[in-house]
Amino acid sequence: MAPLAGDPKTIVQDHINKHKVMIFSKTTCPFCKKGWSHDYLLFTVWAEFLSGAAQDQDICQISRHAENFSEWPDIWTDSIEKFGGPNGFLGGAMIICSLLFGQNFYLEQHRIKIYVRYPDMLKTFQNGQTFGPTVLKNLVDRMDFYNGGFIQSSLAEISGQRTVPNVYINGSHLGGCDSALAAHASNKLLPLINPSTDQYDYDLIVIGGGSGGLAASKEAASLGKKVAVLDFVKPTPVGTAWGLGGTCVNVGCIPKKLMHQAAILGHSLEDARKFGWEFDEKVSHNWDTMKSAIQDYIGSLNWKYRVELRDRSVDYFNSFGEFKDPHTIKATNKRGKVQDLTAAHFLLAMGMRPRYLGIPGDKEYCITSDDLFSLKYCPGKTLVVGASYVALECAGFLAGIGLDVTVMVRSILLRGFDQQMAEKIGDYMANHSIKMIREAVPTKIEQIEKGEPGKLKVTAKYVKTGEEFVGEYNTVLLGIGRDACTNGIGLDKVGINLNPKNGQVIAEAETTNVPHIHAIGDILDGKPELTPVAIQAGRLLARRLFGGGKEQCDYTYVATTVFTPLEYGACGFSEEDAIAKYGEENIEVYHSNYRPLEWTVPGREENACYAKLVCLKTENERVIGLHVVGPNAGEMTQGYAVALKCGATKAHFDTTIGIHPTTSEVFTSLSTTKSSGLPVDQAGC
Amino acid sequence: MQSNLAYFVTNLLVVLGVLVHMLRPLTKSSHKFASFKGVQRLLTRCKSDNSIPTKKYDLVVVGGGSGGLACSKEAATYGKHVAVLDYVEPSPQGTKWGLGGTCVNVGCIPKKLMHQAALLGEAVQDARKYGWTVPENGIHNNWETMSSAVQNYVRSLNWGHRVQLQSKNVEYLNAKGYFLDNHTLEATDAKGRKKRIVADNFVVAVGGRPKYTEIPGALECAISSDDIFWLKNKPGKTMVIGASYVALECAGFLTGLGFDTSLMIRSIPLRGFDQQMAHLVTDHMASHGTNMLWKCVPESMEKLSDGKIKVTWKNTETVEAGSDIYETVLMAVGRAPETTKIGLDNTEVQLHASSGKILGEHGGDLERSSVPHIYGIGDILEGRPELTPVAIKAGKLLAHRLYGNSTVQMDYDKVPTTVFTPLEYGCVGLSEEEALDKYGEDNLEVYHAFYKPLQYSVAERDASQCYIKMICDKEGDQKVHGLHFLGPHAGEVLQGFAVAIRCNLTREIMDSTLGIHPTSAEEVVKMHITKRSGLDPTVTGC
Repeated sequence: MAPLAGDPKTIVQDHINKHKVMIFSKTTCPFCKKGWSHDYLLFTVWAEFLSGAAQDQDICQISRHAENFSEWPDIWTDSIEKFGGPNGFLGGAMIICSLLFGQNFYLEQHRIKIYVRYPDMLKTFQNGQTFGPTVLKNLVDRMDFYNGGFIQSSLAEISGQRTVPNVYINGSHLGGCDSALAAHASNKLLPLINPSTDQYDYDLIVIGGGSGGLAASKEAASLGKKVAVLDFVKPTPVGTAWGLGGTCVNVGCIPKKLMHQAAILGHSLEDARKFGWEFDEKVSHNWDTMKSAIQDYIGSLNWKYRVELRDRSVDYFNSFGEFKDPHTIKATNKRGKVQDLTAAHFLLAMGMRPRYLGIPGDKEYCITSDDLFSLKYCPGKTLVVGASYVALECAGFLAGIGLDVTVMVRSILLRGFDQQMAEKIGDYMANHSIKMIREAVPTKIEQIEKGEPGKLKVTAKYVKTGEEFVGEYNTVLLGIGRDACTNGIGLDKVGINLNPKNGQVIAEAETTNVPHIHAIGDILDGKPELTPVAIQAGRLLARRLFGGGKEQCDYTYVATTVFTPLEYGACGFSEEDAIAKYGEENIEVYHSNYRPLEWTVPGREENACYAKLVCLKTENERVIGLHVVGPNAGEMTQGYAVALKCGATKAHFDTTIGIHPTTSEVFTSLSTTKSSGLPVDQAGC
Repeated sequence: MQSNLAYFVTNLLVVLGVLVHMLRPLTKSSHKFASFKGVQRLLTRCKSDNSIPTKKYDLVVVGGGSGGLACSKEAATYGKHVAVLDYVEPSPQGTKWGLGGTCVNVGCIPKKLMHQAALLGEAVQDARKYGWTVPENGIHNNWETMSSAVQNYVRSLNWGHRVQLQSKNVEYLNAKGYFLDNHTLEATDAKGRKKRIVADNFVVAVGGRPKYTEIPGALECAISSDDIFWLKNKPGKTMVIGASYVALECAGFLTGLGFDTSLMIRSIPLRGFDQQMAHLVTDHMASHGTNMLWKCVPESMEKLSDGKIKVTWKNTETVEAGSDIYETVLMAVGRAPETTKIGLDNTEVQLHASSGKILGEHGGDLERSSVPHIYGIGDILEGRPELTPVAIKAGKLLAHRLYGNSTVQMDYDKVPTTVFTPLEYGCVGLSEEEALDKYGEDNLEVYHAFYKPLQYSVAERDASQCYIKMICDKEGDQKVHGLHFLGPHAGEVLQGFAVAIRCNLTREIMDSTLGIHPTSAEEVVKMHITKRSGLDPTVTGC
């Protein structure tokens, strides 16, 4: 017998959460027998479930059996034959098996699991019956073996009822034999199993109005469902808050790409003179003009989202949501007004918020990306702490608009990304007036002077030497990582499994361990934290839940771009990951430096831009990783992401004709392998 | 480090080599190969002109453009004795240039740079909205600064090509080639000195030159794309005649550089390209400040005493006449292959009756002419796209087949290209018209989207013509037949999709690919509105 994995109560609770219908029974229990022989209690439950089942829902019975098989109750019923049960011979868990064998359809459709105590019990199934060996093998493979003893004590803890049969429907305790029969007699059993939407306020409540949450809510609404979105922005420690749309729109992709664009235009102004444009020599940058233009645009997006929700009849609550029970959310608005909202399904899409250092003065004096984009004043001389893409992007555009910027990094740049590329980005930034302090961490932030901006004293320590560093800055911006907003919203009350290391939600196919509670976006454990990922996952989930959709979100070959001064586009494996997975001998890397044609006239760097393809030798040099640093890397990478999904090989790249003159054509003519050690520098032209 | 040093030293030696080579009169080395077998026989055929020296090569490439250079260098890597003849006949306005062909000197490179100059003019305006304190007035482009920067770069490329030929041991002859028969070429240099050349194989890669409309005054008054990039003085008020991509691109950057520019189009813009896209391109040009003269044909040009040009034209529909005075008139009505000027009539090479291009596909080889050892690549090969990368690839593959035991033929299908109009237009695969012809409307689905590039928001730019469409099968996994993208950085966007299309891209795969946010390219994978549905294809939200 397999030992129990984990706490018995957790296992039992998990089963209750996971399955629409959960029945705990015992073959020797007279009330279970009563159910079977006289009133068909359990059969009733099964039959009702099967006749009214929604797709893709789990149903489960854990049955405790007597050790002596001869004591198994022989129950004779003729009505079971309509399910194709062999000779109507049924008993305990066997009823399920009968259904299974008669109707394999249910096995596939409902992923029914059978839990029995001893493998020997299979013999019983074979006695005088005609199950083929393949079917039996499949059955054995699908079986988990439990000791029934712990189940009942756990049940007592969970529901107060120790006895069997012990029935749970949709996570809620129904009761024993009598309750089930009563529910059946009063026609309440089926509605309990497949609740009609009338029972709840909504078909779906989405917690979090970011890209993913909004996409899912609109999709569900367009499928005719009644949907509500709760969105509530907790102000940052320095008091910044924003409107509907989540991180991407308000404090992420959108404003950062626009500030990046402002910085690029600064470069364009320099280039323009080389290309013959003549205008006043003294051009400077005005933070307020840029910030206001960007905030106006964001304001228009916030508004557009409101309108879109209204147009699709999605109810929007600017309220903080907190679970009260598995189907009820307590929504609290800004003025403290509380309202209970119930739903058949919930979607968690709260996203993440920036992390703080946990050192004296961090929350009082530091800002994060949550504050930067709407900052009322120009940040001035800025220390950016961190090596995340957020940190490097912010440092890049702040320097690009002419500010004095220093980046302080504890260890490596852009963890998780290809490290050769990360270093190239770092080198380029260092060559473009950004001071890089490596292997140091701040220990204390103090205010020297109030003001907009004020003046801060930063004390830091070099990690290796322990040496102290002191610097004065107008602004300290933290970009050291982000934490999932999964705390304080009652997820513990409904028993949602979180990864204890990072607080992210553990889910399979965007559904948590509680079958009617789903999760998408940045809060998902082990998934890319990217807007388009959240949108796609949300949309497909809504289609699966409400539109009979089957398509799952494909998280492979998700391309991304880091909008550092020199943009970095990536798709697929980093070189390190490819080598770790397939072995160095099976990987070939083709690479080249390149110089955009547009850089020639203004005399910009000859060897700053770089492209590489990571190919798998064992699969005909299939391209499993593509990396590029250079202007417009994002625009370049998208098409290649599609090509990698198509299974493109190096030969496909080679036989594609380049578009001349573009920078992207470099990928059609990569001929130097890294293993050859040949130089990839560009020599003038 | 060591390899870098070695690389540097090699380059240095190569540069020195070129210098030595340039200082040496062309004729000096000419007798070196006179003892080659077979040459005697050929020499007897030229007995009448014994004073002309003859030289023998494994491969002679006529035309030092992108394709010719690529082919010659590739052949030389197999240890073959290769020569490239390149000679630029001055344009009617007297413009000439160095080694490298159309692309480098009077095509892709200078046009993309002048396009970039025009884009930077827009960037200067955008910068103000993004907080840069750029003055409202007095911003202008200095043609002399801009064009000399472009020309200097082109000259550096000319030099680079010389260096590369030298380093790969390809002999460069700055001479005009003329076929005397199937085996003999006469090379005439700028000073009129002649020599005879025989070779096992010839590759014709002479490219094309701009055509002129035969109307009074055109040859004297009009310039072409051969001249525009090398103009010493700013073009000023300009009339561009033609609807080719060259015409549209030139009119586009001239407008962007601040010149009063008119574009005269007789019938349809960008013939051969998807017409919906073509019209969006011209719509954008019109809104961008180019004065469009539709359905008009020029009738005459006249140089006035002040050096300006009076152009008279007629509207082909209303028959109304029109006339105006311009500082520059640019003809871009198409290009003609140079095949008629190199003595191919002395050979048995068959040319296409109307285009005058070389007919390939002889003996199972796409680039082989009707004379088995004479090949054609690039713009002079009948029925093939006139694009630099096509010529380069075809030239390299041909060299591999000739000398490297390769059997790989060029694949001319699904070649991507980009038109660098102010709003760039990139495409790969079939146009909607071609697809309808080939597969029928009932079997096709067209997905499309009007989108707004994020950077346009703050810049308050109009995105009315930013448009994408994809043509694919209606049923099954929906194989993609064509992709068209109109918007900033279209070339950069399209290249990756061109690779995907070579891997049997389907709509299903496109749909399952996640976007890169925020980019314009992500709108390609996000398209979901079909033309058939009649729904509004404008992208909303984020």
